[in-house]
Amino acid sequence: MSRKPEKLIDKKGLRLDGRKPDELRPIKIEAGALSNADGSAYIEQGKNKILAAVYGPKEVHPKHLALQDRMVIRCRYHMAPFSVQERKSPAPSRREIELSKVIRESLEPSIFLEYYPRTIIDVFIEVLQADGGTRCASITAASIALADAGIPMRDLVVACAAGKVDDTIVLDLMDTEDKMGTADVPLALMPNLKALTLLQMDGILTSKEFESAVNLALEGCKKIYTLQKEALRTKYVNMKEVEE
Amino acid sequence: MSTFVESRQPVTPGDLIAEGEYITGENTYKEDSKIYASRIGLVEYENKRVSVVALRAFYIPRIGDKVIGTIVEVGFSGWTVDINAPYQALLRASDVLSRPFRPQKDELSQVLDMGDLVVAKIVAYDRAHDPQLTVGEPELGKITRGQIVKITPTKIPRLIGRKGSMISMIQQETGCHIILGLNGVVLITGKTLEDEQLAMMAIHRIEDESHTSGLTDRITKMLKEEKMKKEENTK
Repeated sequence: MSRKPEKLIDKKGLRLDGRKPDELRPIKIEAGALSNADGSAYIEQGKNKILAAVYGPKEVHPKHLALQDRMVIRCRYHMAPFSVQERKSPAPSRREIELSKVIRESLEPSIFLEYYPRTIIDVFIEVLQADGGTRCASITAASIALADAGIPMRDLVVACAAGKVDDTIVLDLMDTEDKMGTADVPLALMPNLKALTLLQMDGILTSKEFESAVNLALEGCKKIYTLQKEALRTKYVNMKEVEE
Repeated sequence: MSTFVESRQPVTPGDLIAEGEYITGENTYKEDSKIYASRIGLVEYENKRVSVVALRAFYIPRIGDKVIGTIVEVGFSGWTVDINAPYQALLRASDVLSRPFRPQKDELSQVLDMGDLVVAKIVAYDRAHDPQLTVGEPELGKITRGQIVKITPTKIPRLIGRKGSMISMIQQETGCHIILGLNGVVLITGKTLEDEQLAMMAIHRIEDESHTSGLTDRITKMLKEEKMKKEENTK
């Protein structure tokens, strides 16, 4: 573990990695990165590297999990043993189980669950390398994987975090900022419907600070949303142009 | 009343396509008076109907569809068939055996066994029940020979072509008999393996280039050239 830096924001107002407070980390998204899954996506957000894979809808096994009026979504968020500096046990931790639930619940509102009752969709999220904000990046990737699997959706879900570091409201916290900072507000959004599907807060913020953090995160979401759409288009549309 | 996306343009889930007095077609949904896309695809307008031709989707059973499935389970009174859909289909023994079915005497695995392929038609399906199949019509039943090609179910209409132009052309050029399962499984039976392979090649090419125009002509040309090559080789 690296030692605590004295200041998270320097005199010029720049962060540890040279970003401005309202700047996102560089993001790279690829739709359909895996060929064996029904749908998949790969995202790199700063040092985060995350794979998402979707299977289904398919018959539910074991059968008692099936719901008669809607689809079931099963989500597994998992961190690879090599994703962090100190080897992580591959067994699901308390945190991973909780994040699996949080991610599932933020994706559920975007899917037309009532279309195909008695079926299940499996979402697998594998964090290959973690550097803070993995839940948000995971939601962003999983949503693309769902669209890539051809599952009918109301909108793509985009997630982004904002927080407070050294008395400044900043966008898209990385690991050190998350750990040393004062607060972290991750949120997930369906941009076209202007609906939030996830809103959490960790730390202490005044109501004013909270509001500006949410607004900043919303701005970040919009930027990521265009990248998400671009990733899907690259797979399905540009492919077409090459052939023509 | 206004539209926000031009015809044949790509959309991703959540894209606003039109607002006002429009009707939702396939792969779209309405919220208030706004119509949004629910799948990745290309927008299509037909009078007041707005729909999205999906570039990616899975097969959903419909009554009357002809499908090709694999037997995955032999039960006491019928078979479970994988039809490449979210739901597994049921084929009743009484439907396959023309005489009354006697569970004590009849051994179902001798009629159709695990792994066997069948051409069947969906006779019943709704939200609460798994699809049910029949093989009691001409052309339906167990597949004994031929080649199987799997393609994306959304591309079957392109393979049929306008009024069946594409599929009849391939059959004519290759001399193969082709059965299209609407679930994305295609059966090709020809006189020789070469004929069947030629038809398979054409089908794969159609799947890859399904959204381009003038495809029928290009496939015809390709098939003719391939046939010429073969004739030269045999000489």
